[in-house]
Formats: sequence, structure tokens, C-alpha cells
Amino acid sequence: MSIELDSPRSVATASGRLSQRALTTRQAIADRLFRISLVAATLVFVAIIGGLFVELVQGSWDSIVAFGPAFLWSSEWNPVTNHFGALPFIFGTVVSSAIAIAVAGVVGISAAVFLAEFAPRAVARPISFLIELLAAVPSVVFGLWGLFVLAPILGHVADPFLQRYFGFLPIFSGTIYGIGLLTAGLLLALMIVPTVAAIARDLILAVPNELREASISLGATRWETATRVVLPSARAGILGACVLALGRALGETIAVTMVIGNRPAISASLFAPAYTLSSVIANEFTEATSSLYLSALLELGLILFIISVAVNGIARLMMWSMLRAQGRRP
Amino acid sequence: MTRRTSAALIAGFVGSLGLATLPVLAATQLTGAGSTFVYPFFSKAFYTYSQQHPDITVNYQSIGSGGGIQQFIAKTVDFGASDVPMNDDELKHAGGAVVQVPVALGGEAITYNLPVSTAGGLRLTRETIADIYLGKITRWNDPALVKLNPHVSLPDLPIVTVHRSDGSGTTYIFTDFLSSVSKEWKDKVGTGKSVQWPGASTVGGKGNEGVAGQVRQTPGTIGYVELAYAIENKMSTAEVQNKAGKWLSCTESTVRAAAATKANVSATDFSIVDRPGNDAYPIAGYTWAFVYQNPSDKVRAKLVKDVLSWVTGNDAQKIAGSLNYVPLPETVQETAKKAIAEVKV
Repeated sequence: MSIELDSPRSVATASGRLSQRALTTRQAIADRLFRISLVAATLVFVAIIGGLFVELVQGSWDSIVAFGPAFLWSSEWNPVTNHFGALPFIFGTVVSSAIAIAVAGVVGISAAVFLAEFAPRAVARPISFLIELLAAVPSVVFGLWGLFVLAPILGHVADPFLQRYFGFLPIFSGTIYGIGLLTAGLLLALMIVPTVAAIARDLILAVPNELREASISLGATRWETATRVVLPSARAGILGACVLALGRALGETIAVTMVIGNRPAISASLFAPAYTLSSVIANEFTEATSSLYLSALLELGLILFIISVAVNGIARLMMWSMLRAQGRRP
Repeated sequence: MTRRTSAALIAGFVGSLGLATLPVLAATQLTGAGSTFVYPFFSKAFYTYSQQHPDITVNYQSIGSGGGIQQFIAKTVDFGASDVPMNDDELKHAGGAVVQVPVALGGEAITYNLPVSTAGGLRLTRETIADIYLGKITRWNDPALVKLNPHVSLPDLPIVTVHRSDGSGTTYIFTDFLSSVSKEWKDKVGTGKSVQWPGASTVGGKGNEGVAGQVRQTPGTIGYVELAYAIENKMSTAEVQNKAGKWLSCTESTVRAAAATKANVSATDFSIVDRPGNDAYPIAGYTWAFVYQNPSDKVRAKLVKDVLSWVTGNDAQKIAGSLNYVPLPETVQETAKKAIAEVKV
């Protein structure tokens, strides 16, 4: 940061030498103020993250003391007897987000490649606009659509089809409710696919044309160029886009709550209802009056916070190693 | 949650702005917070009240019963409202005697979705409802259900029970009902705004609309919704056998009859589920408002007292009726008046 901040100052000093000294001092003060405000603005983020963590730990302390680490692997969630465990919620959050990112990753990146590399401009422009529009739809609207349109379609058509032909797999067995893990995962996929597609498209467009020209001049087809040259050189950034999207999926609350079935149970079947960390907090926070109950809900928030940080951290490491591998390539 | 906190902060900020600017308009603004169930009634009733009393406006925030209790204890509102009265633990935190007043009455209908004609109505006993939610009756053609409904050709379909996923007074009243009619339910599950649902085939929907949406879309489902919601959405509801052995639908008159069987309802003895009486529908309950018995600001407290007296009186209860709530029986109105009189101003 210091390099970026120092250079305008040296320019200022140079111009100051040409004009009056007073201006130089004023300029220097302005520069200093500017620098301080930049640092302060950056520190705000550190303070927010730190404050959030401290507040969550403080709020969930009763529950941490009462249940210990067993909170993480207990499946009990009983507000009447004040026994709480987080496992079903962790399971629901992780699995629904995994479905979402798997589907949204494949669809989003494919769409981005098509829009950036193959589609004629007259097609690419309006479609890109539509994708960005999709990202602006409020999540409660997605939730209502999921409950009234997606869930019945899955429940009456798609799920029975999957069960008929792939029912031997445990993930497609059991009762079909329409709502459940699969529905939540697919709805989340729909909500995050614009993020993946829009960012991936921009990244692919930013790949230097020389690479494409070189590849094609060596006799590669456009398909080979796109998949073997363009995509690999943008992959670190695309991974970043996926992580951003995954972050939204992990924390998404209202839309998931409407279609996941809200049952704190772990089932092998994707058709079964499940529950996520953010959903149970949204559902039960307003009516949680006992202090241990509130504290347990806050501990779920803490777990969600840690999961999000861990996912981001792992993705950072992966991106870093990818960039290093790319840099080493001749 | 952070969103919730900031929303609360903003609401508080806006609220205090309102308080700060209103004296200029020479009107007093009273604030209340709590139950979402009672919100449509309160907002219309308070609007009507300020039409009649231009110097007073009442701002009610429907943040949920739990939130209402917390705001009340934190003394940020003039009164709170909850679908379940404050319990001992909450009263201890209140730091002062609290007067609790029944302000609104509601019933809960059992709604279902069957792919066959149920002309003539679907009948359920109290025990079968408990067994269905316990997961002991799992199919619609269970002999127990067939015996009750010889006129319906009940299908061989699994029963999916639907419950409220958000903590709510509606769930409290429903589980209170199940606990009163089934010892097994009382021992295994208990009564609460959120409980651990025991059935293997159960899903949770958010709010009345979530439960109703789930029931409407999935054949084989059964759920519980507030009477007002069932009426407004013309849902098919079951006839429930009451303690006296009578078959009753959930209607304004059967719920009112249940409430009338217990005039001396109080915050410590408030349950009106499974009441004896020929016309008493077994799943019903009140919403409660609460104020401090010895308020520090006597002037404001007097105004709150007036508002609550009006809300529990005939005019306001007529408004409640027009919104598909059940008007308080006169005997309960008397009980409410006595409770309000305890507030010292």
C-alpha cells in the first residue's frame, strides 16, 4: 500500500517545488489526511470481522459451556428440554451448498464460455444483460417461486422420474415431498449461477487475444482453444467467482427456508427435508426466550461464520497454488 | 442475524425520531411490540382509535412474541404483546410486577390435502390427531381413520405432517392441545413455540402461508393453520371431536364457545385447549398484552391503559371479528377490564 500512496506524494512534491511553498505544505496535509482516511476505511473491515467474531463467541458462551464440543456432532434439537446440537444444520448447509455450487459451476462456466467465445455479439449482449438481471432478483422472490413453481415440478415430475430410473441409489430413495435438500440445492444454484456466469464471462473476455491467435495459428480448433488455452489461463479467477457464489449459497436464508422442509434430520436421500444453519436462526430467533436457547442459536451463527471463513481460506490457498503453478510455466 | 440487529437498530432509530418530532404535532405516540398474529387486528384497531383520539397514535411493531417480551423488559416500548403470556423466568427479568391482559382470541383449523372427495367432511378424533403427529398413524387408509370416515374412500397414501418451522404461538397452542389429549405426546415432546417433531414424515413451513402452501401442493399432507388464515384462503378443514364427544368445525362460534367455558382466564392459567362443553372447539388460545403494574411515567401509562381498555371493549372486538379473529366473550372482557384496573396510575 505504501508504494501506491507514496507515488502521488512525490508527484505533489515535484509540482510544489515549481510553485509556492505554502501549497506544498497544504498538499502534504491533504495527502496525509487522504492516507489516514484510506487506512481507516480499510481498518473498518478488520474491526467488523473481529467484532463479529467476538460478539458471536460472547453470545454463544452459555451454549459452548453447556454442551462443549459435543454440540458439533449432536443431532438433538429440542427447545422444550433445552438440548441442542448442530450436526443436522451443518449437514443441511454443506450439502445444499455443495449441490448448488456443483450445478451452478458447470452451468455458469459453460454459459460464460459460450457467451465470451462462441456467441455472436447480438446474442451475447442481451443474454448477458438477462443474467445480470437475474442476480438482482430479491431472494424472497426466488423463495416464493421455489415453493410454488419449482417444488411442485420436482415433486410431481422430476423426482418421481429420478426415483424410477435411479431409485437404487440411496440419494434418490425415500418419500418424495417436493420440498427438501435437492429442491433447496437447485434453487440456490439458480440464485448463484448469475454470479458465476457474469464474473467468469468477464474473466474469459479479459484473456489476451494473442493467446487465442497463437493457439489457432498452431492449428487448434475454436473448441480446443476455448477449453485448453482460454479457460486454463482464467481458471484461478473463475475459482474465485465460484467461491464468491458459494459464500452466498452458504449464507442464503429466506429462499432456502421456504423450500428445504425445515426438519433437523440427516437422511441419505436428497428428497428428504433438511435444515440449514441460517434457516434455523431466522426461524427460531424471534421466539427464543430462554437464554440457553438463544445462546445455542448464536453458536449456530458462529459455526456458519467459521465455515464461511474456512471455505474462503481453502479457496485462497487453491487460487494461490494455481497462480504459482501458472507463473512457473514457461 | 446481523441483518436483524441492524433492522432493529434502524427501527429503533426511526422510532425515536418519531418520538422526537411528534410533540411538535402535539400528539403522543405510544409504542408496542410483539406478536405477529395480532398485528392485522392491532393495526386496524389502533388506526380507528387515533381517528377517535387525534392526540394519540399507537405504533405497533410486529417483531414476534419473543422480541416483544425482550423489548418490553428492556423498557423500550410502552406495552408488549405475545401469543403466550410471559412465564416466571421472563417475569423475573422484568424487574417489576407485570399485568397481563387477554386482547385477542384465535382458533386453529386442521387442514389437509386428499386426492379424493371428502364431501361431508373429514373427521378426526383428538387421539388420531395426536397419533398422526406422533408418527403412529402413517397412512390415510389406517383402520382408525377408515372407521371414523366410512363415507370417504381414504387412499393408500402416506401421511405427511406439516408444522410451523418458525417459533410461533400457533405451534404453542397446537402442542398444548396435543399434550392435553395425549400423555405420550406430553412425555415425549411437550409444549412449546418450537418443539422436536417426532414423526418420521414431517416437514416445516415458514408461517401460515408456508404450512398452507405445503399442504395445498402435496397430496397426503395434514397441517394446522390459524382460523383467519383458513377462512380467507378457503381451505378444506377437518371436523374435530371435542372432549364432550361432539364433532365440530373450527369456526368463530365454536372457538368463542371454548373461550366462554373459562371466564377467569389469567396469565398463569391461560390454556383453553380441550375444554369441556358441547360447542367448545378444542384448539384455541389468546394473545396477551402486558404492561408494568407500577409504571414510572404515569401520564403515558394512563394513555396505555385507555388504549387497552378500548381494545378489549366491544367496539374493537367487533373490528377483530371483521378480520376473522374471534371476538372475546363478554366474561373474558370483564376479566381483561379487571386486569387493566390493576395498573396504578
